[in-house]
Amino acid sequence: MDIIETIKQPWPWYVSGPLIGLTVPVLLFAGNKKFGISSSLRHICAVVIPSNISFFKYDWKKEIWNLFFVAGVVIGAFIAASWLSDHQPIQVNGKLVTELAGYGIDDYKHLSPADLFNWHNLLTIKGFIVMVVGGFLVGFGTRYAGGCTSGHSIMGISNLQWPSLVATICFMAGGFLMANLIMPFILKL
Amino acid sequence: METQILDTNTDFEVVSLDSVWNESRLKHPWWYNIKYLVAGIFFGIILIKAEVVSWFRIQEMFRLQSFHMYGVIGSAIVTGIISIWIIKKFGLKTIHGEKIELHPKSFNKGQVYGGLLFGFGWALTGACPGPLFALIGSGATVIIVTLISAVAGTWVYGYIRHKLPH
Repeated sequence: MDIIETIKQPWPWYVSGPLIGLTVPVLLFAGNKKFGISSSLRHICAVVIPSNISFFKYDWKKEIWNLFFVAGVVIGAFIAASWLSDHQPIQVNGKLVTELAGYGIDDYKHLSPADLFNWHNLLTIKGFIVMVVGGFLVGFGTRYAGGCTSGHSIMGISNLQWPSLVATICFMAGGFLMANLIMPFILKL
Repeated sequence: METQILDTNTDFEVVSLDSVWNESRLKHPWWYNIKYLVAGIFFGIILIKAEVVSWFRIQEMFRLQSFHMYGVIGSAIVTGIISIWIIKKFGLKTIHGEKIELHPKSFNKGQVYGGLLFGFGWALTGACPGPLFALIGSGATVIIVTLISAVAGTWVYGYIRHKLPH
């Protein structure tokens, strides 16, 4: 069963990238839906804690497809991790391995490092900044920007919207700053 | 004036709030949404198999140590551009026979400030919103906390939105 073995290995960029891109026409054909995942966070607010804030007062039932989509993402990821994985450590650049070893990160068995992302670490300063502050910035920043990697970088640029290109450049700039200049101090904590 | 600033749309992802949005006249039963669940399942599988939800891969990307992430995002964009070009060129319709409509996004400063803040969060967590959901599905249960924090971030944005520069 060679094909199963091939599927179980990590997929190269030239396979996975076009498949991700095809999500754009799939959602448009399925019912005029615009690819954009961060808006699910806004819908969750609108459903659970609208708190009379005008930004969350809209008919979220008209956007419910988006919540079905992210529920699917959770299920799909479970399927891939359970049955479509060869359970090999992630192969990354040797320079990164050396750098991360200096912070005590050397477990490559999972997609996110178990040395950093675990329940116990939530109560440490480092873990709190990475998991909780980081998550907050993702939610705050994507909504402030009006989209994330899917809504701006893929859907927006695919539709040739220059504000989405500006947003994407800023995503990358923020990431470069954080990863290279600020995170070394955080990971040393 | 105050309310006018408040009501200005800067987020074009909730299409039912878009002034140029035409609500579909087709009324479908709820289970028509199952097709988006299925699309999400495929998307979740791809995210995991491409390793784009990996914190390690994101660190590599922001250190220019691997082409992988650039290849994935770049080829996804090229595929998207070609798809939308074909859709517009031939005026293609949805499977329900409605015209496919695409709306422009206008610029506001939030795309810069919010974009930078999201970039910080992306590097820290190694995840954008889609991967947060995918990581939880893959068994990284602690990411539930990160997702709740992201929902809180979105809520706080909505709460202080009128005070922020846009």
